[in-house]
Amino acid sequence: MTPLLDVKSLTVKIGGKTVCERLNLTIGAGQSWALLGRNGAGKTTLVHQLAGLQPIETGQIWLDGRDLTALSSKARAREVGVLLQHSSRGFGASVFETVLSGRHPHLSTMAWESAEDHAIAKRVMSRLGLEALSQRSLDTLSGGELRRVELARLLAQETPLCLLDEPMNHLDLAYQASTLDVLHQTYVAPKRGMLMVMHDLNLAYRACDHWLMLLGDGRWRAGPRHGMANSTLLSQAYGHSVDCMDSTNGRVFLPQLSSGDMPKGNAAVD
Amino acid sequence: MATVHYKRILIFALFAGLVSLWLAVSVGSTAIPAADVLSHLISNDGSTHDEIIDRLRLPRALSAFAVGGLLALAGAFMQVLLRNPLGDPYILGISGGASAAVLGVMLLGLPALWHTPGALVGALFSTLLVFGLSRGAGDWRSERLLLTGVVIAAGWSALISFVLSISPPVRLPGMLFWLMGDLGDADRPLLPLLLMVFGLTIGLLRARDLNLAAQGLTQAASLGVNTARLRLELYFLGALLTAAAVATAGAVGFIGLIVPHLVRRLGGTDHRILLPAAALLGGALLVLADTAARTLISPMQLPVGVLTALLGVPTFLFLLHRRVRK
Repeated sequence: MTPLLDVKSLTVKIGGKTVCERLNLTIGAGQSWALLGRNGAGKTTLVHQLAGLQPIETGQIWLDGRDLTALSSKARAREVGVLLQHSSRGFGASVFETVLSGRHPHLSTMAWESAEDHAIAKRVMSRLGLEALSQRSLDTLSGGELRRVELARLLAQETPLCLLDEPMNHLDLAYQASTLDVLHQTYVAPKRGMLMVMHDLNLAYRACDHWLMLLGDGRWRAGPRHGMANSTLLSQAYGHSVDCMDSTNGRVFLPQLSSGDMPKGNAAVD
Repeated sequence: MATVHYKRILIFALFAGLVSLWLAVSVGSTAIPAADVLSHLISNDGSTHDEIIDRLRLPRALSAFAVGGLLALAGAFMQVLLRNPLGDPYILGISGGASAAVLGVMLLGLPALWHTPGALVGALFSTLLVFGLSRGAGDWRSERLLLTGVVIAAGWSALISFVLSISPPVRLPGMLFWLMGDLGDADRPLLPLLLMVFGLTIGLLRARDLNLAAQGLTQAASLGVNTARLRLELYFLGALLTAAAVATAGAVGFIGLIVPHLVRRLGGTDHRILLPAAALLGGALLVLADTAARTLISPMQLPVGVLTALLGVPTFLFLLHRRVRK
């Protein structure tokens, strides 16, 4: 079976720094990947390259068996969707209009969105709990609400593969959990694929069965999470000691704090 | 699926356009009864009223309509390029570049035929300057673009002062009036009207792309918009439409700022509605402003640019205040 994404010997550099050297990565149907690494390791740059938003210097990227660089912008946008790291409110379009704009790559130049497109937009909005906000202007939304609107637009794009750059930004604990469920039902269960940049190792472990780790100097590790979620590798990747513990609910990750267990003892009570 | 609300906005804009033209043709030193306007337009009976309508008021009103539409469209395009509702060809110095070029053409004594190509060269050069100079490491920052535009506009204005000070005194009043934005000599509406329709057509073909570009160029690219090409088209269209407006009526400011803002306030953020509504309302606004300019202190005539600036400056400050507060 053709993989959704096949990266061959991709070298990415930004400003003299090597993000990854000869990266090989295969995302198959039904897989969910976490992209991990320190601040400034180049996770966002790598996501932009994989999405075809930046020209590739060395290496090849194949989307569902087709060369990424040979695809038109629209054809590419039907194959891979991206959630960008930073949100934008634009000129205050409504929530519904914004979600509906995710249908763009499926429409011809002068076409208006069909009743089916409207139905798709409404469906993804209800899955992310946005129905009540439908007519609100993006100007009036909170950061978390705006993030969910952007996720809904991504879902409306209906691509086989999606790349999400810090999807949990601005989301509270409850929305983090429900959003990960929606992403799982949308991309993993129906044998599509996703890769997301994550900072929370505990969420990354629960939500993603594969990890791609950038070590910060061009080296990288990729594979099933159980082979990678260990203290040695994580401490190396983050340049900071990370404890891994197995609980009844799965593996838990804790960064070591130099002052031990803050806040200390009775100090808080006094 | 266009919603009922969108249709209402378009009908309102169309209605405003027609009423403004009707008013412009009927009002003036010789009042022509509004009810008679249509019969004069349809049949030519050789009366004085016919002469006034056919030779004076209609060409001027249609020119005003075209210029208003051109400027409103140019403003809408620039705002997407900047991703900032403060974009306007006048504020960004594009009109200034076109004006300076036309003044140069006037100074050389070339015929009026050269005004439009001259203005286009000036507008394109100015666009290149503004967007070239504010290009940082990769992307454009809209505040930096605006500031660069304002400074370039000041530069053009100095150059214009220089040209004026070495111009023969007899031609000064005409040049000055034209500079402030004046439709007194605008009697050939065909070319600007055609260019307005051209700009609107291209804009409508790209309307969904513009909606996405307003959400951010990277976002638009991720949804399948060829942003490099779109950006080039918008530069060229913005410059072309501004040039046609300036060659017809001089530097009329702020229409490109006020009108798209007004349409968005009415609920038309979708460029498939915003562009046609802005073209119609921009036309209507300038026709009304010009009618006021030639009748308010009649028999003297005001340059219409004075009136649009009186409306535009508070609008700009209001929008800026709202953005800063956010």
